[in-house]
Formats: sequence, C-alpha cells, structure tokens
Amino acid sequence: MDAATLELRNVSKHYPGAPKPAIDDLSLEVGAGEICVLVGPSGCGKTTAMRLVNRMIELSSGDILLDGRSVKDRKPAELRREIGYAIQQIGLFPHQTIAQNISTVPKLLGWEKGRTARRVDELLELIGLDRSLAKRYPAQLSGGQRQRVGVARALAADPPLLLMDEPFGAIDPINRERLQNEFLRLQGELRKTIVFVTHDIDEAIKMGDKIAILKEGGVLAQYAPPAELLTFPADRFVEDFVGSDRALKRLALQRVRDIDLWKAATVRVGEPSAEVARKLEDADVKYPLLVDDHGKPIGWLSQRAWQGERVTHDLRSNADPIVELDDILRDALSDLLAKDSRYGPVVDKDGCVAGVLSIEALSHALAANPEDLPSPSERAAAELGE
Amino acid sequence: MSLPAVLAQSSIKPRDRSVTGCPQNNDLCPGWIADNVDRYVDPFVRHVELTALALAFGFPIAFALAVLAYRRRWLVGPITATTGILYTLPSLAVFFLLQPVTGRGITTATIALTSYTLLILFRNIMLGLDNVPAEIKDAARGQGLSANQQLFRVELPLAAPEIFAGLRIAATTTVGLATLAFLAGAGGLGEPLFDGGDGIVFRGNVVFCGLLCVLLAALFDLVFLLVQRLASPWQRVGTA
Repeated sequence: MDAATLELRNVSKHYPGAPKPAIDDLSLEVGAGEICVLVGPSGCGKTTAMRLVNRMIELSSGDILLDGRSVKDRKPAELRREIGYAIQQIGLFPHQTIAQNISTVPKLLGWEKGRTARRVDELLELIGLDRSLAKRYPAQLSGGQRQRVGVARALAADPPLLLMDEPFGAIDPINRERLQNEFLRLQGELRKTIVFVTHDIDEAIKMGDKIAILKEGGVLAQYAPPAELLTFPADRFVEDFVGSDRALKRLALQRVRDIDLWKAATVRVGEPSAEVARKLEDADVKYPLLVDDHGKPIGWLSQRAWQGERVTHDLRSNADPIVELDDILRDALSDLLAKDSRYGPVVDKDGCVAGVLSIEALSHALAANPEDLPSPSERAAAELGE
Repeated sequence: MSLPAVLAQSSIKPRDRSVTGCPQNNDLCPGWIADNVDRYVDPFVRHVELTALALAFGFPIAFALAVLAYRRRWLVGPITATTGILYTLPSLAVFFLLQPVTGRGITTATIALTSYTLLILFRNIMLGLDNVPAEIKDAARGQGLSANQQLFRVELPLAAPEIFAGLRIAATTTVGLATLAFLAGAGGLGEPLFDGGDGIVFRGNVVFCGLLCVLLAALFDLVFLLVQRLASPWQRVGTA
C-alpha cells in the first residue's frame, strides 16, 4: 500500500475534570512518505496526539484526516489494522512465536496462510533477522532483536501510515544508533508516512523530515524541517528546547559536500616549481598539496620541496586527516580537532582530492545564522517572485 | 454441633452388619481393608464425581463473572462480596439448609460445593487478567484486535498460570469439603470415613479414607499442572 497523507485539523483533547486541555487546537499536515517527529518535554501531549490518530484516544474536537478521510468515520479496530503501531515497551505477545507475532494483523485481515508466511519471511529478511528465529518466543531474543520484531509487526500488513512511540527509547545508546540508521535505511526503501514520538531532540533532528515541537498543554510551538528549526527557532521555548548547541547540531544535518570548500594547490613530483607558485596564488591554503599519479593526497609540501627547478618529495606534514565528501560535518570537525589540524584534504569516492575542509570553511557554514540567511517568509516571497 | 447430633440430623441409619475380626478392636487393620477394598470403590468414584462436578459448574460461572467484572470494574466489589459470603458460610449448615429446597442427594452436594469454588476461581481469573502487562494490552489494542480478540487471543492465554493456580486450589479445597457431602446424602469418601453407612467405624478406616482424599487431591493437582504445561509451552523457554 502506498503512503498516506495525514492531516490534523484543529485537534483538541480535553479530559473531563482536567483544568487544562491535553491537546490544544493542534493543526499539522504530514505529506505522504514523510517522517513527522512529535517532540517536547514530558506532559506536552506528544503521545496523546499520536494516539488520537488511531483512536486509541478519542478526539474532543477537530478532525484527523487519513488520505483525506476522517478517522471518525471508521470503526476503531478496523482503522488500527490499517495503521502500523510500535511502542517503546514493544509489547510483543510472549505466548506467541516471532512468526505468530509478526502475522498478527495479516491474520486479523484474513490473509490466507501462504501469503502470511511469505510476508513473515520477507519482513524477517527486511529487518535482518535469521529465519531460524521465526519459531522462537520473544523471551529468547535480545532487546534489539525484539525491537526489530516490533517494527516488523507494525509493518506486516504494509500499512500506509506508521505510528511509533519512542520505539528506540529502551535500547542502549550504541544499539539505538544502529537501529536508527537501520530504520532510516528501511524508510528509504519503504517511504511510509510516519508519526514518530520522542522526547530526545537529537533523535528528532536525526529522524525527522519535519519536527513538531509541542509545549505543555499540547500547544504546537513550531512545525518545521530540522534545519529551519535549528536556524530559526520560533520562540524562546523552542530555542531552549533545541539547546544552546543548536549551531553544532546543525553540523549534524550537513555533509562536507554541502558547504563551500577551500581550493588546494595540488602538485605532483617532477612538476616545474614555477607552476607551483602559480597554483598557490589561486589556492586558499598557502601550502601545496602533493598528490600521487591518481590524484590521491600524499601530504603538504615543505618550502624546500619546490626550491629547485622541479618538485621533490619533501613533506612538511602528512595529509592528515583526510575527509570524505559524504562525511557529516560534525564528524569531519571532530576529525580535525582530534588531529589538532586546522584543515584537511577532502577526497571524493575514488579517493581523489576534491578540495580542503578548514575550520574557517566550517565556521563560515555555521555563520549562516538568522541574520545571514533569508527567513522562511523571505524565502517564500522569493519563490513567489520567480 | 457435635458429630452425634449431626449424624442424628442427617438421619443416617446405621445398618446392622455384624463385623468380626480386627475392626472390632478399633485398630488400623490393613489386612481387613485389603480384603474389603470394594467397600471403598463406590465412595471414591462418587468423590471424584463430586469434585469434578463442582469445578465443571464453578469454573464457567466464575469465568463469566470475571469477564463481566473485567469489562465493568464496578462489579468487582459486589461479586467479590457475594462469592466471599458464599465461601464463609459454614459448610455443614449449607449441606443441611439446602435439603428442604433441593432434597437429599448429589444435586444438593454439587450446589454447595460449586458455591465454594466461586470465590477462589473468580479471584484468580481476575488476578490473571489484571496481571497481563499494560504494554501487551496496549499493543493488542493498537494492532486492531477487537475487545473479544484481545481477551481470548492475548489476555486469557497470558492469565493461564493464575487461572490454573486457582483451579488447583479449588480442586484441593473441594476434595476436602466433599467429605461432608454424605451429610446431604450424596455419598463420597466421607461416608466410610465417618461410619460407612454400615456402622463399621474403626481407626484404620479413618486413616485409609484420609489417604484416599489426599491421593485424590494430589491427582487433581497433577492433572491441572500437566494441562497447564501442555497449554503454555512458551513459559518453559529459556531467556536470551
């Protein structure tokens, strides 16, 4: 089934007897195939908002449209079978095998046995679990494996929408990161519409195509893509919530190829020294970078190396660290700091020099702060003008 | 109530049967018992029947009450109170009090014994259902199981350990209580235990009937344990 669009229209939830609403006039749209992360401090109603979608909690007012159709017109149990559901505590059925757990919804939908069995095999492969585990019980699996099975169960009937409530919350940091990456890779293939709840802003930034930050009382503070959220926090609350290191967090959103790199003077052994001087004039680094015949970086040349007529193999330092175009800026910066270096050659997929990453180039990318970048409204105006 | 008074009320008329040998001396008399073992067969079979009937009626009633109370929580109090009162009624009194209504015989005894199983079974079924972890109930609901599907496919299988524990306690209790069923004219091991209906009372008789009761209770216990293990293979798997 294809991904669905989801729209929350002026959604409110009041609990009888509670002084304040749990969700207050929440409106947001999630495009087909997008991951929308609901994030906020505890008590902000993010889980409530998610559970309103599959009617685990009933709306007080407003409406929720799944592919343009109100969830209020659907029978709750039938609606839920069309919406994948994964929660932090996983909630696998301990008395059923892994295969039985995964086939929960297909069975409810009355799929014939062969189709269900094929689907189970397919999903086990998708989540990278050995088929021999199909006959095990949940208690026999590790926490990470159980979490994967929980996701497979949610995906079993190929639902157009997936609800995930802190699905990686109970996993240790190392496995958590692995599961996040795995899930993003999976999403790259599946392109489901996903509502993802977390209290962790870093996870939100990593997972979200768009992030909805909720304040206490279920008020939407900002709904924007991660980069915009970090660059233009809507108010003080969002600014505090994303943290004072939001500039650094932005480094996690960009790759080396996304920013303006410095130019290097790349030279080979045996090149005329006069040529080196000419190249240096054009370069941003004042030392020539020695490369081999294939253009792979060897090291920074010393002054002596080009005193004679032709360049000799006389290095002042090795080309260290070497950064790749696809590296995340945060990791690249970390490499520079670790090697106590102010710049390092950047190489492409083949290992050939594509430029130089320097602390200055990084800080220039970071300087893209609200004063330098067009605001969302300015950009919208510019687009309209075109 | 003293035993003679009870026996007088229960209008058990000891038949005259001349007994010769060991029992006259009120000894243990294993030899005599071995020779007259047929004397105990019918009471034993009846005892099994009484216990099985009480559970066969008691379990569905308690089950229905528990499911009802699980869906409508306010019923828990009233049902616990009612079954609790039934449970605390003195058994002797019940066996007699019911007779004007239901007459003497197995019906009266079964009604009394059934009413004693209700509290134990009801409370254990409730306990089992309540003990199912909240996240499992939430996941079941979130996957789109209907209320009945949640109950029968997830909650009841997971409540099995507590439910079977309830059955085992109820069975053991009922085996004990059924020794009084003869007061309602329903027979069982109580008959030879007290006087056999044939006036033969001696020490070995009491010991042997007592042993048969213990054996029976252990048998019921074992059967339920076996059924439970067969029904929930997932409980025996090792953890990762």
